[in-house]
Amino acid sequence: MTEDLIQLQPDPIDVATLIATASDPQAGGIAVFLGVTRAEDNPAGRALIALDYEVYSGMAVRQMHDLAARTREQWPVLRLALVHRSGRVPVGTASVAIVVSTPHRAEAFAACQWLIDTLKSEVAIWKKEVWSDDTASWSKTPKT
Amino acid sequence: MRIRVKLFAVLRERAGTDHVVVDLPEPARPRDVCDLLLAKYPQLHGVIGSAAVAVNQSYATLDDMLAENDEVAFLPPVSGG
Repeated sequence: MTEDLIQLQPDPIDVATLIATASDPQAGGIAVFLGVTRAEDNPAGRALIALDYEVYSGMAVRQMHDLAARTREQWPVLRLALVHRSGRVPVGTASVAIVVSTPHRAEAFAACQWLIDTLKSEVAIWKKEVWSDDTASWSKTPKT
Repeated sequence: MRIRVKLFAVLRERAGTDHVVVDLPEPARPRDVCDLLLAKYPQLHGVIGSAAVAVNQSYATLDDMLAENDEVAFLPPVSGG
């Protein structure tokens, strides 16, 4: 079994590479989740142009490895890729990608859902909303 | 004892720095670091209270015992994903 692919990166996420990494002859399903910056307006009527992600890199990477280990305790994961971006992520662009392969599809869906939910509630990453009038605000409610 | 402190997100912005080194008498706990930060950066009042604390990159409590050169981080509610 190869190592899980876990990383924080400032660069755009190459999903095709992650899917190739997570492919396995024993897999019956590969679930892919992308968290994408959603377009929205703030109460002042300004449009969101991007999210700026701040990371506690050492801790966040350790936590992501821990999430991978906890996923493997719950589901028969063959391969797993978990990548989160740091820095500015424009609207319409993925900030996080999770790819999980398992023998059967239900396990892949369940593992993927648990990973994104737990990542959002635990991992030391913060998003700041950047608006079209150059103002910015720390995100108060978890959103993807 | 020397403690390395890291601040993130709104705490980093309010303090105007992402790290600070503090010197505390032994024994010291994250709670003592928090008190010292509030004295040094009163603008952290109202935001540091809702922060989680991590010692050496693992979640901890305000009452854990610290050791020389530990890294103590104050983490506002996370919002990754």
